[in-house]
Amino acid sequence: MGKVIYLDNAATTKTAPEVVEAMLPYFTEHYGNASAIYSLGGECKEAMTQARAKIAAALGAKENEIYFTAGGSEADNWALKATAEAYASKGKHIITTKIEHHAILHTCEYLEKRGYEVTYLNVDEFGMIKLEDLKNAIRPDTILISVMFANNEIGTIQPIKEIGEIAHEHGILFHTDAVQAFGQVPINVDELHIDMLSSSGHKLHGPKGIGFLYIRKGVKIQSFIHGGAQERKRRAGTENIPGIVGYGAATKLAVETMIERTKKETELRDYLILRVLKEVPYSRLNGHPKKRLPNNANFCFQFIEGESLLIMLDMKGICGSSGSACTSGSLDPSHVLLAIGLPHEIAHGSLRLTLSEETTKEDIDYTVEAIKGIVEHLRGMSPLYEDFVRKSSHNSNVK
Amino acid sequence: MYSEKVMDHFQNPRNVGEIENASGVGTVGNAKCGDIMRIYLDIDNDGIIRDCKFKTFGCGAAVATSSMATELVKGKTIQEAMEVTNKAVMEALDGLPPVKVHCSLLAEEAIHAALWDYAEKNGIQIEGLKRPKSDIHEGEEDEQEDY
Repeated sequence: MGKVIYLDNAATTKTAPEVVEAMLPYFTEHYGNASAIYSLGGECKEAMTQARAKIAAALGAKENEIYFTAGGSEADNWALKATAEAYASKGKHIITTKIEHHAILHTCEYLEKRGYEVTYLNVDEFGMIKLEDLKNAIRPDTILISVMFANNEIGTIQPIKEIGEIAHEHGILFHTDAVQAFGQVPINVDELHIDMLSSSGHKLHGPKGIGFLYIRKGVKIQSFIHGGAQERKRRAGTENIPGIVGYGAATKLAVETMIERTKKETELRDYLILRVLKEVPYSRLNGHPKKRLPNNANFCFQFIEGESLLIMLDMKGICGSSGSACTSGSLDPSHVLLAIGLPHEIAHGSLRLTLSEETTKEDIDYTVEAIKGIVEHLRGMSPLYEDFVRKSSHNSNVK
Repeated sequence: MYSEKVMDHFQNPRNVGEIENASGVGTVGNAKCGDIMRIYLDIDNDGIIRDCKFKTFGCGAAVATSSMATELVKGKTIQEAMEVTNKAVMEALDGLPPVKVHCSLLAEEAIHAALWDYAEKNGIQIEGLKRPKSDIHEGEEDEQEDY
């Protein structure tokens, strides 16, 4: 196989060469434990402080509000479970949405089994929550609102500032899962009234196995991983110094290149969307046409199924993903696509393509041509398409 | 995740298409699970399956099991076709991942549904054949969207 066109940057990204370079000395030369007294440890502590400062600056936060974790899922688990525990005496009600990542949804289910009540807000056809619904869901015993910044499947960006305002007007903590958004859109935790924010390094060309939870000063949540006194006694475990250094380098890179990079990605994304919708019949864009992540395009192709499409794209060297959870052992289509109101058979035929800075117009052109051929081929063997064509020929007013 | 044979039958599916005035047609599965299979049979007066075609909406395994099932019943008698079980289809494909075993069941059901249609049209009974349980054309409500 020749060139690989990687369009699954929402799943993970290639670690940037600058990031790898920054990390390498912390495996070999500076391998000390950051808690140690000797200077070999001190160097690591200093590197960690610098990385933390870069991340805090990117969010308009203070350094002592950034707590490193092993990734986005840990940060989400921590935020929800620890808030639930710490504020249980105030109430046991949490508000979230139907389109969260499973790190949130499954944690909510876990809490529901332990006596907490969770309201899952609906979203509109674009995947956007309605602020009225949020206001109506608030109760005297609501302790936490957790709404993702941007959706991992369809890319829709929520009205985070307004949500934060509503939360704070009611004295409720506001957590956002910003795993997809951090590094892609500007975030200022004060302006957006965010109390807690989850992020993951490998989504922004950083390493895997490192994430952080931003916890606003004054939020009284306890440790989730018990042990040593690392992370101001809130997250035990010897610090993953190479990961932290890499995350700092990736954040610096993401912030410095954000305007230019996202402008380029947005242009290519819109070019991709335009071509697909124009050239592939019975296709639709999922997610908000404008308020979406700069690198995210998500389509449904009627009458075909996602996994078949992905395998055939892979044979042409194109890496994409599908909302179809077929491969994960579940036969249900994406909960996000069902939440935006798509019927099952259409939700099964989804394709998510997520770009990076390295994506070129040639890549997009090649991909669109591949999609056209594959969709036509799969429709040729689809009984749903056969029925549709038959019905159409009987019924001339069908588009 | 798939065997070479599954990939081969997915990439080069045998017997894709329709048969006009087919002796029997069966459609099984549902869009909710993401798999729909339709099998067309052309059966001659001696009860030999002369031709078999399929159309499938579904994952790689669904396409491959349909393709293999059509290969296995072609040229067979009705009774021989009844012996084409999901296990036979799976074995012929060198196995399927556990989450995809249902695809082979669907292939077996699709053949049975097509045979049932043939039996009903001809007013005959086929030994061991039961009414198909998941024919999508029974009570299906169309919720197609406009694009």
